[in-house]
Amino acid sequence: MTSESTARALLESSIAVSDLAAPRGNEVHCRVRPDAIVPLADFVCGELGAELILMAAEDRRRSSGAFVVNYLFAHRASHWLLHASAALDGARPELPSLARFHYPASRFEREIRDLFGIAVPEHPDPRPLVRHGFWPDDYYPLRKDANGREFHDDGQPFPFTPVGGEGVYEIPVGPVHAGVIEPGHFRFSVMGETIIDMKSRLYFTHKGTEKLFEGRRPADGTALAERVSGDTSVGHALAYCQAIESAAGVEAPHRARLLRVILLELERLYNHVADFGAIANDTGFAVAHAHCFRIREGLLRLNKQLTGARLLRGVLSPGGLNRDLAVPADFTTAIQAALVDFDEVVAICFNNTLLMDRLEQTGTLGMEVARDHGVLGFVARASGLDLDARRDHPFAAYGELDLRVPVLAGGDVKARTEIRVEEARESARLIARACERLTPGPVQASIGEVAPRVPAFGIVEGWRGRIVHWIVAADDGTLDRVKIVDPSFFNWPALSYALVGNIVPDFPLCNKSFNQSYSGNDL
Amino acid sequence: MSRVAAVLLQTLLAVALAPALTGFIRWLKARLQGRRGAPPWQPYFELRKLFAKEAVMSHTASWIFTATPFVVFGTSVAVASLVPLVLAPTDRFIVGDLFAVVYLLLLGTFFLALGGLDTGSPFGGMGASREMTVVALTEPTVALSIVALALNAGSTNFSQIVGRTIADPVTALGPGHLLAFAALFVVTLAETGRLPVDNPSTHLELTMIHEAMILEYSGPYLALIEWGSSLKLLLFFALAANLFMPWGLALSFAPAALAVGLLSVVLKLAILATAVAVFETRIAKLRLFRVPELLSASFVLALLAVVSTFLAGQTP
Repeated sequence: MTSESTARALLESSIAVSDLAAPRGNEVHCRVRPDAIVPLADFVCGELGAELILMAAEDRRRSSGAFVVNYLFAHRASHWLLHASAALDGARPELPSLARFHYPASRFEREIRDLFGIAVPEHPDPRPLVRHGFWPDDYYPLRKDANGREFHDDGQPFPFTPVGGEGVYEIPVGPVHAGVIEPGHFRFSVMGETIIDMKSRLYFTHKGTEKLFEGRRPADGTALAERVSGDTSVGHALAYCQAIESAAGVEAPHRARLLRVILLELERLYNHVADFGAIANDTGFAVAHAHCFRIREGLLRLNKQLTGARLLRGVLSPGGLNRDLAVPADFTTAIQAALVDFDEVVAICFNNTLLMDRLEQTGTLGMEVARDHGVLGFVARASGLDLDARRDHPFAAYGELDLRVPVLAGGDVKARTEIRVEEARESARLIARACERLTPGPVQASIGEVAPRVPAFGIVEGWRGRIVHWIVAADDGTLDRVKIVDPSFFNWPALSYALVGNIVPDFPLCNKSFNQSYSGNDL
Repeated sequence: MSRVAAVLLQTLLAVALAPALTGFIRWLKARLQGRRGAPPWQPYFELRKLFAKEAVMSHTASWIFTATPFVVFGTSVAVASLVPLVLAPTDRFIVGDLFAVVYLLLLGTFFLALGGLDTGSPFGGMGASREMTVVALTEPTVALSIVALALNAGSTNFSQIVGRTIADPVTALGPGHLLAFAALFVVTLAETGRLPVDNPSTHLELTMIHEAMILEYSGPYLALIEWGSSLKLLLFFALAANLFMPWGLALSFAPAALAVGLLSVVLKLAILATAVAVFETRIAKLRLFRVPELLSASFVLALLAVVSTFLAGQTP
């Protein structure tokens, strides 16, 4: 099904959509009345088989007196995207809920409720998501008129679902941990050492990142996008740049797109190598950790040699790259050498029966649960879901690179470990292929004015999974609203399901095998 | 030289040497992992740092919390005065008794678990519960493996056991002796919080056993507990080394014999520490519920050692 036939299917359905347009490639944009949101989503997800990948609210009360909520649906197999906007009453905004049939939508709706004060009356879960206990009752940070306030402890504990029964007790962990990691509170209900339920309370790192984009010139947002999640600089910056390019109707030159592939795969490679070592370390096998960190360090130095920055920052810019990169002649050889080194560590680990005993059958995430939660990235691919934005919504130069997407069925920590190894190998192969195809040429297309009031987005498969940046510009060409979706937003809730029936001391191992971002989740 | 002075000196030596042993294992593990590692004497700096720091305490902590570090350190020092380290003269009962050692160590562990529970923090309780599970399975093995030696010597006194082995070196290679050594080595790893039972270098609070119990301690209290734990490791090593391979132990107060005793004990500790470091580098931590399997196996080894020693004692 193409975008045209999608548009036709929409028109032929009985759903009241208006202003149907297909501004770019695979995209269909439309407006929808609030009362038609639920039938539309039902039709697009149920009948057409698409999924909701983003919900972004905007405060447009100054210009049009309304709140606008935008929905982005994506169809994996036939690559089309549907963008639907609904205007809500500015004085008493109420949003119909999709939570009944779409779990990720329920999380987006809670986020919108907390950040914009848009009520979602039918929502089954009244608890806050992003909202911190210190925020005043009428404080909605993403409203345009939200200003600096005094913050006090409201003294109320978070309403965790209690688990009862004889011998069941709770273990609260965090948000301050014994190690140097990001803050997250985990509430375990356990029986002896067996986990019956785990609920995570995140959102201790709200930095107002999305708000910080507002009012910036599009070109000035890249540095901020690079810092959304420290280990995903390229992923987020690239999604941001692609969103700006889409809004400006510009495509990056071929050489820049190939270099972007190299940068994104370099990021995937060093993160997967480090994660592999960290998983081994959590089983007490510190040798693998030490060596993976050594290999990671080698890769970071290659990054520095190529771009001048160990974490690949300061290279991407809307329109391409802000300078041409000279790929050294022995670059692919050096990557290959690092991979051979990594493979040796992997072989040592996979031949260690004690280590493998810890990984097998630990933290199993079934395919059904993964699908229902809209799980993304390597976590999804380790649970048998064949999805990858590099193939499903091709960007940069992936369309020409013959990408192989590994998928494993196990769903346990072992599968999530193995899939990282497979993807690291694939990354090295993609880097080599992209380097072969590099030809001299320009790396920057000039970005003109970004069309105001026209939403645009960029989709990237970062190393954790699909990243979406959604932007809309104000009349003066500055950014009016930027919405960022890190794959962790989808993946965090699935962790609880992977834990059920496991024992408490295996939690860190399960958590590490997911390795979700706290910062990317809580913007 | 008087007996009292000898015991005092030997105890002081054990107390002084203990942090170096822990540091040596850490350093060697780092080298084996391809890291540079902190020098072996690093634990001394850490102790000095901790003793200089203020102790932060939970408001809900009772006297048990403050008493525990002293009990842990005190029992370790008391055991140090009983275990043959450098000298074990067979003519006088200068070193101690098997049962005293086992139960003194247990007293320290018991208080450590109480200290973990005292503040009411979830990790203390979790660590204490896990530690008690492990200890319930290790203590019988410790006692039984030493009983295997005691049967042979006809006494639970360390001097007699050492004397018996030196007098009849063939027994050292007997099945009872070797099985008991294997059993004691496994429980040494469990009792002192080493891999594959506990990971001494982890920062993951949910996987901890020993570290979870002492998570609430800080400053001088933490220093005492750390020091006591190092000492416990050294004492287990000394027991394993000197009961099963007593050669080199000074049997008199002659300066030459003492020098040989000192050298040999340092050498034996280094060998055992190297073995532990290599072992820990090659293995991962066991799943918690697999730990009882390992400890039951070590108990069976100890039981076989006793049976074998008993039967061997019947034949001639």
